[in-house]
Amino acid sequence: MTAGTTAAACSALVRRDLTLVWRRRGDALNPILFASIVVALFPLALGPESENLRRIAAGVVFVAVLLAGLLALDALFRGDYEDGSLEQLVLSPHPLSLLLACKIAVHWLTTALPLIVLSPLLGELLHLPDAVRPVLVAALLLATPLLSLIGAVCVALTVGMHRSGMLLALLVLPLYVPVLIFGAGACNAAQAALPYAAPLLWLGAGLVLALVLAPLACAAALRISLS
Amino acid sequence: MPPRAVHDRPILLEANGLAFLRNDEPIFGPLDFALRAGEIVLIEGDNGAGKTTLLRVLSGLLAPSAGEIRLDGEPLTLARLSPQVALLGHLSGLKLELTALENLRFAAGLLGVRAGLSPASALAAVGLDGYAEVAVRQLSAGQKKRVALARVLLAPVGLWLLDEPYANLDRDGIELVNRLLERHAHGGGAALITSHGAYAYTSGAPRRIPLRAEAGTEVRR
Repeated sequence: MTAGTTAAACSALVRRDLTLVWRRRGDALNPILFASIVVALFPLALGPESENLRRIAAGVVFVAVLLAGLLALDALFRGDYEDGSLEQLVLSPHPLSLLLACKIAVHWLTTALPLIVLSPLLGELLHLPDAVRPVLVAALLLATPLLSLIGAVCVALTVGMHRSGMLLALLVLPLYVPVLIFGAGACNAAQAALPYAAPLLWLGAGLVLALVLAPLACAAALRISLS
Repeated sequence: MPPRAVHDRPILLEANGLAFLRNDEPIFGPLDFALRAGEIVLIEGDNGAGKTTLLRVLSGLLAPSAGEIRLDGEPLTLARLSPQVALLGHLSGLKLELTALENLRFAAGLLGVRAGLSPASALAAVGLDGYAEVAVRQLSAGQKKRVALARVLLAPVGLWLLDEPYANLDRDGIELVNRLLERHAHGGGAALITSHGAYAYTSGAPRRIPLRAEAGTEVRR
């Protein structure tokens, strides 16, 4: 009898989740469409004066990405919970927190990364100044994994409940606010030609903390949800 | 095999005064039993008697309210337990978008494989050789059950916890489950299976543990 190694288990899980995203690639486009629509509606509502739009550009892109992530969040464990594969993950001989970290990583890669790639274009729709663009991308690169990790803990807590969407939003939003403040704050500072390193460093510190703690919390929360 | 031989074998799983309460309502127990290598034990009870809950407690997914579970003579923790049991629950644990073979390959990566088996040969062992590349969504309920059985067969574990393994299966499928169970027992494994009585493991007169629904309890998962 040969028990698999933890590395083999993680790679099998990553491969399976990527295949699943590919098979349901229509669903995977939802966050991108949502964020693009939100950003595209702002000039229509506020008028095309570039001065107005430029002032709010970074904040709007940030909020659109955050809400798009929130939309996709519920699906993180929902499918696995409903078809019983979550039980199989819990019963596997490998550390559950590591397996969940892999799942969160795939989720971030497939929902947040395309939005980050798209974000310069979204900024362009709102006349985002060229100098702010790299700061926006850097802030999103630090903030979105943090949002995914924080969100995953909340999803793990609520996955056992039916129609938990509202509860999830209530749990997650207060925790998302600091990330939004630091992320959008860095962009606003860059736009005002002020030093913007501090908020980015805060985001980085939060990300490191969440990378270590969130998978552990997620595993504990899922065990509670399954019992 | 002669009954005395079974009593000499090592105890794989032992429950002492095992009971489970949900919201202060008793679901089952207190139960005392031991499961030895090479044994197939049938848990019998009506709907709502707590069969599924018992298997979930024994698998470590639920913590018992009273009593203890010993595995190879040592108290159970999820970390000690999980490399040694395979659970077949009401939920198949299969991804509908993936093919039968992809599902088994994932299980093999996650849990490892039994010596001498591969995902493809496990699929053949449950009579689905022609269905490797078919998405599980397109399989019938009985065929899905067979894929889930193949996953249990593939896992390199000694203890099977099978919840209603006969549900949705045709006569061939029921014989298949019996054959797999017999081979598993001969190989030194053990299995606990639940049944509400309509179909059951028949060969070798398995030991039975009756579960009775307590007054006032409703049907539960």
